[in-house]
Amino acid sequence: MIERAHVLICSGSNCIARGAKSLRDEFEEHLARLGIRNEIKLVNTGCVGLCEQGPFVIVYPEGVFYALVKNKDIKTICDEHLYKGRIVEKLVFDEALTENKEVKAFDEIKFYSKQTRVALRNCGLINPDDIEEYIAHNGYRGLGRALLEMTPKEVIDEMQKSGLRGRGGGGFPTGLKWNFAYNNESDQKYVICNADEGDPGAFMDRALLEGDPHSILEGLMIAGYAIGADKGYVYVRIEYPTAIEKLKIAISQAENLGLLGDDIFGSGFNFDIEIRLGAGAFVCGEETALIASIEGGRGMSRNKPPFPAAKGLWGKPTIINNVETLANIPEILFQGAEWFARIGTEKSKGTKVFSLGGNIKNAGLVEVPMGTTLREVVYEIGGGIPKNKQLKAVQTGGPSGGAIPEHLLDLKIEYETLIEVGSMMGSGGMVVIDEDACMVDICRFYLDFTVDESCGKCTPCREGTKKMLEMLNIISSGEGTLEDIDKLEKLAKIVKSSSLCGLGQAAPNPILSMLEHFRDEFEAHVVDKKCPGGVCKPLIQFFITDDCIGCTKCAINCPEQCITGTVKQLHKIDTSACIKCGICKNVCPVDAVISF
Amino acid sequence: MKSLDDLKKIRDAAQSKVNMRGKNDGMRVLVGMATCGISAGARPVMNTFVEKIAENNIEKVTVTPVGCIGECAIEPIVEILEGDIRTTYCRVDVEAAERIVKEHIIGGKVVLDYVIGKYRL
Repeated sequence: MIERAHVLICSGSNCIARGAKSLRDEFEEHLARLGIRNEIKLVNTGCVGLCEQGPFVIVYPEGVFYALVKNKDIKTICDEHLYKGRIVEKLVFDEALTENKEVKAFDEIKFYSKQTRVALRNCGLINPDDIEEYIAHNGYRGLGRALLEMTPKEVIDEMQKSGLRGRGGGGFPTGLKWNFAYNNESDQKYVICNADEGDPGAFMDRALLEGDPHSILEGLMIAGYAIGADKGYVYVRIEYPTAIEKLKIAISQAENLGLLGDDIFGSGFNFDIEIRLGAGAFVCGEETALIASIEGGRGMSRNKPPFPAAKGLWGKPTIINNVETLANIPEILFQGAEWFARIGTEKSKGTKVFSLGGNIKNAGLVEVPMGTTLREVVYEIGGGIPKNKQLKAVQTGGPSGGAIPEHLLDLKIEYETLIEVGSMMGSGGMVVIDEDACMVDICRFYLDFTVDESCGKCTPCREGTKKMLEMLNIISSGEGTLEDIDKLEKLAKIVKSSSLCGLGQAAPNPILSMLEHFRDEFEAHVVDKKCPGGVCKPLIQFFITDDCIGCTKCAINCPEQCITGTVKQLHKIDTSACIKCGICKNVCPVDAVISF
Repeated sequence: MKSLDDLKKIRDAAQSKVNMRGKNDGMRVLVGMATCGISAGARPVMNTFVEKIAENNIEKVTVTPVGCIGECAIEPIVEILEGDIRTTYCRVDVEAAERIVKEHIIGGKVVLDYVIGKYRL
């Protein structure tokens, strides 16, 4: 029996967290009840990308995109759509409905039509547990081309021609990195996939590992062939259990088909891959610390040079590539370097995956060509800011990056342009910040993270990050002076220039970029003793405006019972007893509670 | 995996598993599958279309169950959509479905014996 319809159930971690796990069982039950189980194919896919609207169910051949699907909706989808062929309009994603109530196919939705999916090409489309579906989408053909038609040197030349740069943050040209390792003679070399994704708010690597693990394995094999390594490691944090499980399945399937092992494609090339689990330390995303961790040592970075391409794992030449970089490689080999080099801009080729989050309507995973503007990502793909709030800044690069203010929103996304404005590409976290945020508070959040994650080996990072956090705490409490801001800036520059590794060198970036673009907010904290975003508790007070409808919700929920007022009357907060917990503001249905 | 040919074999075999998940802008076969259609025997008809299309390796043709068109008396109704051209067949049974696949979908000729005009009341 050939199935007439395919039902794709998004089973990325975000959708699972939103309750997608039991959807398949519901489908099984209702399709069996209707007697049409053998006509329909059920596929659990990786992340579809529009996480804010998950869980998703996509029904082919029509490509109908059901969003925010709950268990009870499955009966309706089975009864109506799959049994009778009537699309269930009320469950279709809003933006997939035209004005005349016609249903648009999944790839015609603005969120997707604006994207170019290279790294994410199979994510959400194939069953990651089935190697045949990957092969059906031209999987392992790039590897075949490399092994049978090209010498290792030609593979490296192809990578250099493509212009691919590292997607982990630094943007170092991948082909050049490979060339270093290729030129270093050794009896043994290694390739490592860096899957130690640690930026708060970033989840593109996880989505790739969960949704298309074979593309990572294939990329790693091609890298191994190019530099002359027969052994690869995937270093992934133990916090990603689903990703680890999918990788294990993928490795064993590739081994069973002889795509891993000896004499692959009869070319004489041997390769095998092992998974190494990290404990989830941010510093282990740094190359030398990652190597130390694989070797069984403590995750600490060391001086460079020697670079890993010369002396890496067990002292042998080693290449470390990020997950997203590797996911691009099979497609470059399959479609050719010229094809890839046509996407993007002169200096930044190809696409970049971003985890879009924060104050944005369509939070999720997006992949855009380099050179796309931030405005397009935020407003056209992301759907803008909820509640019609003003955009204040876009934060890229996580704790190593910086904030880009509203007036620079037409900036094209490229490695260089982002650095010029004091931020960086980073691994791809993109946090949208609206008018209600306090920039000092956001700096505190990131510094709190780096203080925890500093490995402690070098003094500038160990002591510097802690001191910077203390200074930020003083500023946010209103006890600071203008002099403190200058001191903070000076210290940030020192830490940046004197730390041992990327973690410490980049840790002051949030502070430096916020000071460049939002210095007035810092000054408001120390001069006017005000927090413009209404966030820093010592500096704000809560009030109820005339918009109050007297619903009593705030009074009922106030833990200090310091809100007075009767039904349908204006309520009032006793500011002397208020502990500024903000619960009243959160529960107010008409936004009548304000803080400033 | 000893050669590229081995990979190609797996790919060709697996492609039928995923073909449906692309852009489906080819010919569409719509089978009326409301209660009236189902009771008149639309389900084996639809299954015949799916099987015959797969059997003949016809690409870009999709089979979709649709709701009631309104002429319940002459169900099962099957419509073939090619761009703006719509051909409506009625009182389609398994045998008719096989002919429609062979003569219309593959051969490009409308099967006049079953088009709706003949039966219009």
